[in-house]
Amino acid sequence: MSISIRHVTKRFDDFLALDDVSVEVGSGSLTALLGPSGSGKSTLLRIVAGLETADAGSVSIDGVDVTGRPPQKRGVGFVFQHYAAFKHMTVHDNVAFGLRIRKRPKAEIEERVSRLLQLVQLDRFAKRFPSQLSGGQRQRMGLARALAIDPSVLLLDEPFGALDARVRAELREWLRRLHEETHTTTVIVTHDQDEAMEVADEVAVMSQGRIEQVGTPREVYERPENEFVMTFVGQAHRIGDAFVRPHDLEVTLEPNGATREVMIERIVHFGFSVRIDLVDAEGERLSVETTRDNAELLELETGQIVYVEAARQTMFT
Amino acid sequence: MGRLGLRFVALGYLVVILVGPLLMMVWRTAEDLDGAWAAVTAPDTISAFRLTLLVTVIAVAVNTVFGIVCALVIVRGNIPGRGFLNAFIDLPLALSPVIVGFSLVVLYGASGWLSWFTDHGFEIVYATPSIALATIFVTLPFVAREVVPTLREIGTEQEQAAQTLGATGWQTFWRITLPSIRWAVLYGVVLTAARAIGEFGAVAIVSGNIVGKTQTATLRVEDAYQFSYGNYAPAYGISFVLAATAILVLVTMILLQPKGAKH
Repeated sequence: MSISIRHVTKRFDDFLALDDVSVEVGSGSLTALLGPSGSGKSTLLRIVAGLETADAGSVSIDGVDVTGRPPQKRGVGFVFQHYAAFKHMTVHDNVAFGLRIRKRPKAEIEERVSRLLQLVQLDRFAKRFPSQLSGGQRQRMGLARALAIDPSVLLLDEPFGALDARVRAELREWLRRLHEETHTTTVIVTHDQDEAMEVADEVAVMSQGRIEQVGTPREVYERPENEFVMTFVGQAHRIGDAFVRPHDLEVTLEPNGATREVMIERIVHFGFSVRIDLVDAEGERLSVETTRDNAELLELETGQIVYVEAARQTMFT
Repeated sequence: MGRLGLRFVALGYLVVILVGPLLMMVWRTAEDLDGAWAAVTAPDTISAFRLTLLVTVIAVAVNTVFGIVCALVIVRGNIPGRGFLNAFIDLPLALSPVIVGFSLVVLYGASGWLSWFTDHGFEIVYATPSIALATIFVTLPFVAREVVPTLREIGTEQEQAAQTLGATGWQTFWRITLPSIRWAVLYGVVLTAARAIGEFGAVAIVSGNIVGKTQTATLRVEDAYQFSYGNYAPAYGISFVLAATAILVLVTMILLQPKGAKH
């Protein structure tokens, strides 16, 4: 089901959290709200869920205006960064909560809960309490609990933010697969651009309470509409009036008319790729990303003087 | 060595201040068991225990409900003046019970602002209602004081999650909030009950201390002591029952607690 957010404004005392924000989330899509902390992305998600009320503007879910509706009547599934597990209930009872509130027949509840626990691979832990689970397991329980009510839309507020890198990567991939199976319209809030790029089909980049750009991950990375998107989504260096991505800089051993003279400060190996930290005569720092093979071919060493040239650059007018 | 010394100081302090007087009382009770038993089972003593029990039940019930409500307002409320409420709730701890009793007599007694009740045949002062009111006043902070920090600690996310899953405010309270604060509430109830059973000063002023009618158990101990004429067995006996009840309540509390719970 689609979500449409129109002209939403929200103020907390003196702080303008959302400034006339409009976004459309297509039915069945997985959209990421990406931005730094304080950009208003979580506030926007909470307004969609009804956990926060907008000062102005409207929210529609599947064409129905839900602006004045309390969260109970929106039928959204919400997943919290810190899990919001019901600590006094077992995993089973956590997942069953929404169904019990809806007074579903017992047999149906049991059937659905056990199917969801299988889906999130927690069927062996049904009788445990949240305190006996790891962070990743708690968050999978949070997802199962949100999915139990068969939500019209699934909203995830920094769902993997409190987890370590490996579990985070696993859950991302798992969320992606889950979405491909269920096609529930999903919005995920994140400050991690890699997460947004990996998981979402659509990314809305936010900053200071505004939407900066909406597009596919590839579009926002390759055709950023402004300086903020260029520098927040992926790395970029400012060279004069232009912006260059580290992998669009080329290192050469000989100067030509368009190159800049720099010294190699450090070479960092990431396996397949290598990052070369450079400093020029004025003390300005740059970094170049290249393949390990290329770095080896050029026989680069720390302290060496080399030349860089931008293969591709972007200017904003 | 330092740690052992510290432990010795702490234990010694407890023995001298708490255990000593209680042991002495138990000892004296045991010396004249028959006299103590006769005093404890006397009809006027039974009536005093009954009154204490009734007043304790009323105070616990009222202050549990209002204590939880006050704690919710202090922690979750979005109203001006909740800081004031937070400070005000401690007033009974700072105020001498004698003053509490006296102010109730002034308020409900002849020519008081609320003398209307008495004028229309509804006895408050020198009757059970004033004893209950005085006890409620004195025991007001305990449940709220225990619940406030627990409510702060659990935060609002679980409640919000319940809301998104369709639970109404009332369902959220019963299924999420109350189970999360249950140990704090229970501890508050125990403290309230213990204080209500032991209250003396405020009750002494408002009750009139009428034997068999408005005399609570603590007032009866005082009476037995005042009019002992050298026979302290009744005072020891009744005191022993009161102290034993308090200790029983505390032990029950400790046994009920799940492992690893706070308090």
